[in-house]
Amino acid sequence: MSEHLEKVVQDFQERFSANSHRYAGETTLILSREHLLEAVQSLRDEYGFDVLIDATAVDYWPEQAPRFHVVYQFYSMTHNLLLRLRVPLDGNAPHIDTIEGIFPNANWKEREIWDMFGITFDGHSDPRRILMPYDWQGHPLRKDYPLGYEEPQFSFNYEEIDRRKPYAKE
Amino acid sequence: MTELRPVTVDELRHLVSERALAGETMLLNMGPQHPSTHGVLRLLLELDGEIVVNCIPDIGFLHTGIEKNMEAKTYQQAEVMTDRIDYMNNMGNNLTYCLAVEKLVGLDVPPRAQALRVILAELQRISSHLLWLGTSSLDLAAMSVFLYCMRERELILDVFEMVSGQRMMTTYIRPGGVWRDVPVEFEAAVRHIVNIMPARIDEYESMLTTNMLFLERTQGIGVISTEDCKRWGLSGPVIRATGLPYDLRKVRPYSGYEQYDFEIPTATTGDVYGRYLVRVEEMRQSVRIIRQALDRLPYGPVRSNNRKFVPPPRSELGVSMEALIHHFKLWTEGFPAPKEYVYVATEGPRGELGVYLEGDGGPKPYRVHYNTPSFANLQAMPILTRNHFIADLVGIIGSVDIVLGDADR
Repeated sequence: MSEHLEKVVQDFQERFSANSHRYAGETTLILSREHLLEAVQSLRDEYGFDVLIDATAVDYWPEQAPRFHVVYQFYSMTHNLLLRLRVPLDGNAPHIDTIEGIFPNANWKEREIWDMFGITFDGHSDPRRILMPYDWQGHPLRKDYPLGYEEPQFSFNYEEIDRRKPYAKE
Repeated sequence: MTELRPVTVDELRHLVSERALAGETMLLNMGPQHPSTHGVLRLLLELDGEIVVNCIPDIGFLHTGIEKNMEAKTYQQAEVMTDRIDYMNNMGNNLTYCLAVEKLVGLDVPPRAQALRVILAELQRISSHLLWLGTSSLDLAAMSVFLYCMRERELILDVFEMVSGQRMMTTYIRPGGVWRDVPVEFEAAVRHIVNIMPARIDEYESMLTTNMLFLERTQGIGVISTEDCKRWGLSGPVIRATGLPYDLRKVRPYSGYEQYDFEIPTATTGDVYGRYLVRVEEMRQSVRIIRQALDRLPYGPVRSNNRKFVPPPRSELGVSMEALIHHFKLWTEGFPAPKEYVYVATEGPRGELGVYLEGDGGPKPYRVHYNTPSFANLQAMPILTRNHFIADLVGIIGSVDIVLGDADR
């Protein structure tokens, strides 16, 4: 592990009481959600992690505390280093601050997380669904969401099933 | 189920300017069936006469729930779905997924498989760039380039069919190596492509690079700066066209790219023309890499010898009890991966293609996330198109090389 990354990990452990995790040469810092905005800001401004590569989430249902982890992947062009932040969230309808103000490309990635996992981003400028239709119910990538099946329609129950089918009518 | 309700302008209030609400500018839908949107992309345009004031991309029409489906399959089965994500970069998708699985379980890849992976990934890059060159110049009304590009792309697809049996959905690259060794005709077929390509690329260039009509439609259009590229997470030819030589094959080499001698083409203008120059030069560099990889293609096994993850060869099944057990276990149950997570990225034809893979100790991936370049490229559409004519929009969409399967997954 490079010196710079070592320093970031050490500073974050002191400043934000983050836990670090290493696997296969990759470094992850696990933070609580109160520290997220401050941590991301200092990552960009003080430590030179200038690109947000990816943001996604993982659902650990039926676990409730924490049920979700939001995962951010940062990259530093100057140091050629990758760093991952993970933020655990409790409960079925969790909230987290948006980092859109620091990395504008978080906008769509957070919309995707909202769409797929139902995690609300406080202060997000455009909190709409992005991949699923706008009137969709539920959040597909949650573990308690069924993989999907279609009820077979026969002539005797065609109308009944058609009524509750989630596709655009007309 | 709730009734379908119409979307009102009020819901889009935070996206459009004040002038749209006052009725001074016009809101116009482009797509999802517009021919220049290369698939099913809807752009909601706010127009002042012919000038684009704002462009709001609406994606998701090709969303097929691939990430959800992959969670229900074993690591080997899930790979089949990766072909369908970016349907112009099948080998690249396979490669990224396999690299992630290999990193997660700690699997080795023999040198011959590494070299084959490089050859096929570069062939795929050329084929993707050919399709891009053909269709994006078709959008700018250069009809003949399309036909020439398709002619050469066919040769590459023939090679894919030769090695995997499929022209597009190959699933040839597997965790631990490749599916099986390439047939004897492979080398001659690839050499043929490598030998004719430089002259063919000159041919395309003679039709476009100094063509006045093409220059008028591309120079100074859709300009973006390096800083904006970083802020919006853009990578690949878009960021290289702004002058930053950022290429994952150089900065974080994988599959032995560090052994090959090649350059990263850049342009300085950051416009549609710059992206065109970068991609054309990239094809030449890919040819260079393929030639080197072919020249020193080592002999040896094409799959890892680790039987806990890679099935044994067919010939062993009849004579070795252990091989039979491994074969049975791998194809009925799959192999377990540790409760850990990795992120692996490769340089796709469109930019950084990343896979976030998390295991839970069982034979199925707990979470797979594809971080795709088209998603980031589309997000930057408002920046790229602002204050351009609506006619230039078509060229800009073409120049970032969107693949909607890649954006929607």
